[in-house]
Amino acid sequence: MGSDILLSVRDLDISLDTPSGVLKAVRATSFDLRRGESLGIVGESGSGKSMTAFALMRLLPRIARATSTRLDLAGERLDAIGDAEFFDRIAGQRISMIFQEPMTSLNPVYTVGRQITEASVRSGRLGRVAARRRAVELLERVGLPEPSQTLSKYPHQFSGGQRQRLMIAMALMNEPELIIADEPTTALDVTIQAQIMTLLADLRREFGMAMILISHDLGVIAESVENVMVMYAGEVVEQGPATAVLSAPRHPYTRGLLAAAPGMEGPPHRLGAIAGVVPTLFGDPRLCVFASRCPHAGPICRSERPPQQTAGPRHHYSCVLRPAEIGGLPDARAGEPLPPPPRSEREIFRANRVSREYHRRKGLFGAVQTILAVDSVDLVVKRGETFALVGESGSGKTTLARILTGLDTPTAGEVLLDGRPLADVGRRERAKLIQPIFQDPYGSLNPRRTVAEIIERPLVISGTGGRAERQKAVRETMDLVGLPQRVLHNYPSQMSGGQRQRVAIARALVTRPAALVCDEPTSALDVSVQAQILNLLVDLQQELQLTYFLITHDLAVVHQTASRIAVMRGGRIVETGPAREVLAAPKEEYTRLLLSSVPRLRNPASRAAETGR
Amino acid sequence: MSDQALSRPADSEALEALPPTPRQVILRRARRHRGLLIGGVILLALAAVALFAPLLAPHDPTAQSLAHRLLPPAWAQGGKAEFLLGTDQNGRDYLSRLIYGTRVSLMVGFGAASIGLIIGVTLGIMAGYFGGLIDHAVSFLLTAQLALPGLLLAMALVFIIGPSVWVVIAIVGVLHWNYYLVVTRAATMRLRSLDFVAASDAMGASAWQTLSHEVLPNLAGQIIVIFTFELGIAILAESSLSFLGVGIQPPTPSWGLMIAEGKQSMFYRPWLVVLPGIALFLLVIGANLFGDGLRDVTSPQGRN
Amino acid sequence: MLKYTLQRALLALAVAAVVSFATFLLLNYATDPAYAIAGEDADPAVVEQIRQTYGLDRPIMVRYLDWAGGVLRGDFGDSYYWHKPVAELVADRAPVTVALAVSALLVTIVIAIPLGALAALNPNSVIDRFALMIAVSAQAIPNFWLGLIMIILLGVMLPVFPVSGDDSWRHFVLPAFVLGASSVPAVMRLTRTGLIEVMESDYIRTARSKGFRGLALLRRHALRNAILPVVSVLAVQLGQKFGGSVITETIFAINGLGRLALESILGADIPTVQMLIFVFAMVFVGMNLLADMLNAALDPRIRIG
Repeated sequence: MGSDILLSVRDLDISLDTPSGVLKAVRATSFDLRRGESLGIVGESGSGKSMTAFALMRLLPRIARATSTRLDLAGERLDAIGDAEFFDRIAGQRISMIFQEPMTSLNPVYTVGRQITEASVRSGRLGRVAARRRAVELLERVGLPEPSQTLSKYPHQFSGGQRQRLMIAMALMNEPELIIADEPTTALDVTIQAQIMTLLADLRREFGMAMILISHDLGVIAESVENVMVMYAGEVVEQGPATAVLSAPRHPYTRGLLAAAPGMEGPPHRLGAIAGVVPTLFGDPRLCVFASRCPHAGPICRSERPPQQTAGPRHHYSCVLRPAEIGGLPDARAGEPLPPPPRSEREIFRANRVSREYHRRKGLFGAVQTILAVDSVDLVVKRGETFALVGESGSGKTTLARILTGLDTPTAGEVLLDGRPLADVGRRERAKLIQPIFQDPYGSLNPRRTVAEIIERPLVISGTGGRAERQKAVRETMDLVGLPQRVLHNYPSQMSGGQRQRVAIARALVTRPAALVCDEPTSALDVSVQAQILNLLVDLQQELQLTYFLITHDLAVVHQTASRIAVMRGGRIVETGPAREVLAAPKEEYTRLLLSSVPRLRNPASRAAETGR
Repeated sequence: MSDQALSRPADSEALEALPPTPRQVILRRARRHRGLLIGGVILLALAAVALFAPLLAPHDPTAQSLAHRLLPPAWAQGGKAEFLLGTDQNGRDYLSRLIYGTRVSLMVGFGAASIGLIIGVTLGIMAGYFGGLIDHAVSFLLTAQLALPGLLLAMALVFIIGPSVWVVIAIVGVLHWNYYLVVTRAATMRLRSLDFVAASDAMGASAWQTLSHEVLPNLAGQIIVIFTFELGIAILAESSLSFLGVGIQPPTPSWGLMIAEGKQSMFYRPWLVVLPGIALFLLVIGANLFGDGLRDVTSPQGRN
Repeated sequence: MLKYTLQRALLALAVAAVVSFATFLLLNYATDPAYAIAGEDADPAVVEQIRQTYGLDRPIMVRYLDWAGGVLRGDFGDSYYWHKPVAELVADRAPVTVALAVSALLVTIVIAIPLGALAALNPNSVIDRFALMIAVSAQAIPNFWLGLIMIILLGVMLPVFPVSGDDSWRHFVLPAFVLGASSVPAVMRLTRTGLIEVMESDYIRTARSKGFRGLALLRRHALRNAILPVVSVLAVQLGQKFGGSVITETIFAINGLGRLALESILGADIPTVQMLIFVFAMVFVGMNLLADMLNAALDPRIRIG
C-alpha cells in the first residue's frame, strides 16, 4: 500500500519570529495522503490549519520558518530541493492551490486568458495555442458560459463565484497531482458554495487528483472529504476517516466542537459550548494544549504531553484517556431541548409593502440605474418571538433590517413600530424600543473607548439618571451577559471576539429595549464561541422577554433559534411561516434549493450509501 | 460544570495575561523608536532656544552698528569676541539673529499649520461624514486649490497686501490645507462605514454627538501627525518667501531673509548662507522625524 | 473610455474657470491696479485718468469676462511693466521653463523610482533605511538653499557646471537637479509603499503558487499594478514643477517663466501675474487630465468598468 502514498509529512514545525518571542504556529504535524484521496483539515482560528497548507506550497510569510523530518511528494524529498527548482517544477505543476478570497486573488490588470495560460506557457508544457485550447475546455468544464469570450475579459467583470471557478480552471491547467484548497467557499453564498464543492468533487474524480481541503465549516468537511485532521492551537489532536471521526469523535476537543455546531436535524437543543479561549503558547509546551479548556482534564494533562491513542484503522488522537474511557463519557451533544420562546399576539414590527429604491449614475454621462433593493415587502413580527430573515448576498435582507431599525427610510410603503408609524416615532423613543447587534465584533466597538464607556453610552444619550445610576446599570448588564467586572476598563483591542460580542450585546441591552435586530451576530465567530453566544441569546430572551429579528444566511443557526422564518431573494419575500414547518417542508423552489445546499453533518451510513463512497 | 456556566464563562479567561492597553502599546513603541526620540529632542531644543532667546542671545538682533559691519566669526582673522559668529552688512550680530530667527520660524510654522488644520479638517470631516453634494463640492474645491501654483500666489498676495508676519502666517496657512483635507476625508469615510458609528446612530445620538464622541477620537492621531509635517512645510514656505523678498521684511530676523542678505557675499563669507540653512534643515528634519515616528508608533500595525 | 475622458475634460474646464476667476478677484481686490500702473506716489487725477483709460472703473465681473474673452481669442492683455503683450512675454520664456521642468522630472524619476523599488523589495534592510534617510533629509532641505550650496560646491569650488544663464544644456544640469530633488521624497515613498502593498497582495500570492518568483514575478505581475499610482503622481508633479521654477530660475539666473513671475510681482504687473498663474494652473490641470487618461489606459477597471 506504500507505493500509492502521494504526500508524506512528518513532524512539520512552523515557527514565527515575533517581537515577543518565537511562536510555534504549528507543532509536530504528521499525515499521509494517498493518490486521489482527499484530506480535510478542520480547526478554528489559531489552529494552524492555513499555515500548514502554506508551508506545503512555500508561501509562508517572511517571518515564518518551516522544518520537518519528512516532506515527500511521491517519494521525492521536497525539503531537499531549492526554491528555484520547487517553483519551477512543483508549484503550479504538480501541486496547485486555490485561495479563500476570489475577489482579490486574480490580477486586475491582465486578461483572464493570460492569467490562466501563463503558467503552462512559461514552463514550456504547452504552446500558446494549445494552452488557449485547453483553457477553453477547462472553462467549459467548470461551468462558465461563453468560454472563448471569457478569455479576453478582465477579472472585475465576474462575480465572486465565477472568479472562484476561474481559479479552479487555472489550477487544473497543468494536471496537478494534488490540489490544496484553503477555505475556497467561505466567502461565497451557500448555493454557490454547494455548486463549487460539487464541481471540485467531480473534477477530482475525473482527473484522479488528491485534495487537501482546509475549512472551519464541519458541514463542508463532512460532505467533501474522506479523511479528516482536526487541529487545535497548532497541533493535530485527532485524525482519521471522516465517517469515524465525525460520527464517533474521541478527542475531547473534537467532541466539544461537534457538540457546539448547530445542526439541521432534530429539535433544537442547548448547544455544548467549550469554555475559555484558545491559548497563545510560546515554544514547545510540555502539556496538553487543550488542558485549559477540557472538561475532563486532570493534573497529568497539565504537566506532560498526551500520548497517541488508536481508535480504529488509521484513526488516531492524542489524549491520556483511552478509547474505552472516552466511550464511557456522557454524550457531549445531549444538551437540554430548548423550549420555544413565549409568544404574544402583540405586534412589534409590521412592514406594509415596503420598498427601497436606489438610483445610481455612472459618471456624468452614464444612464441612471434604478436598483430595487427591497421590493414590496410585507411582514409581521410579534412580541417575544425570534423572527429569522434568511437570504444570500444581494437579497436585500440587510437593507430591510436597516429600515426596521430606523437607520434608513423606505421609498415606498410603511413600517409600524409597536402599532405606530416609524416615521412618527422620535429618534430617542425608537432607540428605547429597538437596538442592533452587528456582525463584526471588531468594527462594532470604538477602539478608543473602554468597555465601561461603550456600555454606558446609550444611557448617556437617552439622558437616563445620574452617574451612579448609570454605572450600576452597566455593572448589572455586564453580569447579565457574562462579562466579568474586571474588564470594565479594558479596551476592545485587549479582548477576544467572543468577549467583544458580549460587550456589543450589553450595549444593546443596557436600556432594556423590547427588541434586538441582529445582523449575522455570530457569522464572524469561531464555532465554539458562536455556541456560547447563541446560548446566551436564548437565555437573555427568556429572562428579559426580548423579541429577536435575526438576519442570517446560516440555516443551521436559523434551525437552532428561530420561531418564524421569512426567505428573501432579490428584494422580495419568497416564503414565510413557522420555522419548523418551512424547514421541514418548504413550499417554494428557492427555499428547497437553499435547504439542499446547506452542507450537513449527517448520519455517516446514509451519506455513504448516497455517494457510494 | 453546569450548563448555565457554559454560556457565561467568567473566569476561565482570567488565566490569560491581559494584553496591553492601546496607550501602553504606543508608549512602548515610542520608547524604542529612534527617529521619534531624535526628532522630539531637536524640536524641544529649538523650542527652548526660541523661548529663552532673550537670555541666550548676546545682542539685540535688530541693533545696527555701522562701525562693526561685516565682521568675520570670532575665530577668524579680524573677528571680535563679542560678535561670536560675526556680523552682517548692517552690523547686526549674526548669532543673535540666528537665535531669534527660531522664534520667527516657529511662530509662522505653528500659526500657518494651525490655520491649515482648521480649514482642512473641518472640510474633510464634512465631506467624509455627510458625503453627497457636500463631498462633490469639497472635492472640486480641492482640485481647484491644487491647481493653483501655491508659491506664486503666496508671493503675489503677500506683496500686494503688504509683507508682515501676520500676513505671511495667514496666507501660508490658507494655501496649505489640502493634505489635512485628503487624509481627514478618507479617514472619516472609512470610520463612517464602521458599525460602531451605526450603533451610535441607532441609540438615538445626533450627528454632532456621534462625530464628537465616536469619530473625532479616532482621527486625532492622524491629524497630529499631519500637523507636524505641515509645520515643516510652512516653515520652508516662509523661508522661501522671505528669501525672494516677498515674505518677512528686514530688520526682523528670518532665516530665509538672512540667506538672501548673505547671498551677495556668499563666496567670501559662506557661513552667512550655510548657517541659517542648517538651522532651517535642523528644525524641519526634527519636525519630520517626529511626525514619521508618530505615524509609525500610532499606526495599527506598528512600523510601516 | 470616451465618456470618461469627456467627463474629466469637463471637470478640468470647470476648475480652470474657477481658478482664473478666483485669482482675478484676489489680485484685483487686494490692490488697486490703477496705482500699480501709475506708481505709488502718482497724482490722484492721473490715477483717475488711468483708471478710465484702462477701463478699470467697470464692475469686476465685466472686467473678468473681458479678460476671459481675451484669453479665448489668444489676447492675454498688455503688461503694465514691460509695455508689451503678455502673450509675447510668455511665449518668449516658456521653452526654457519647459526644458527645465522636463529635465527636473527626469532627475526625479531616475533617483526616486529605483530607490523606492529597491527599498520595497528589501524592507528593513540597509538600502531601505538609506532610502528613507534620503527621503527625510531631502524633505527638510530648503530648495533655494540647496541651489546656493550647489553653486558654491559644484559651480565655484569644483567648477564643473555653469551656475548662471541658460545657453547650453550644461546650464540646466544643476537647476534640474535642484528642482527635481524636491519631489524625490514624495515619489520615492509612494513607489515604496505602492510596491510593498502590491507584493503583499492576494494576486501576487496566486502568481507565486503558479510558480512565478523573483524577477519574473516582479516584471510580469507586480510592476504594472505598482506603476499605476506612480504614473499619476509624476504627471501631477510635472505640472507643479512649473510653479516651483520660480526659486530655481531666480538663483541660477535662468530667463524662464518663473523669473518672469518674480519680476512681475515685484513690479506689480497684474496682467502678467494673472496670466502666469493661469498658465501654470492650466498646465497642472492639463497634466492631471493626462494622468487620468494614462490611468484609464493602464487600468482595465476604469477603462471597461
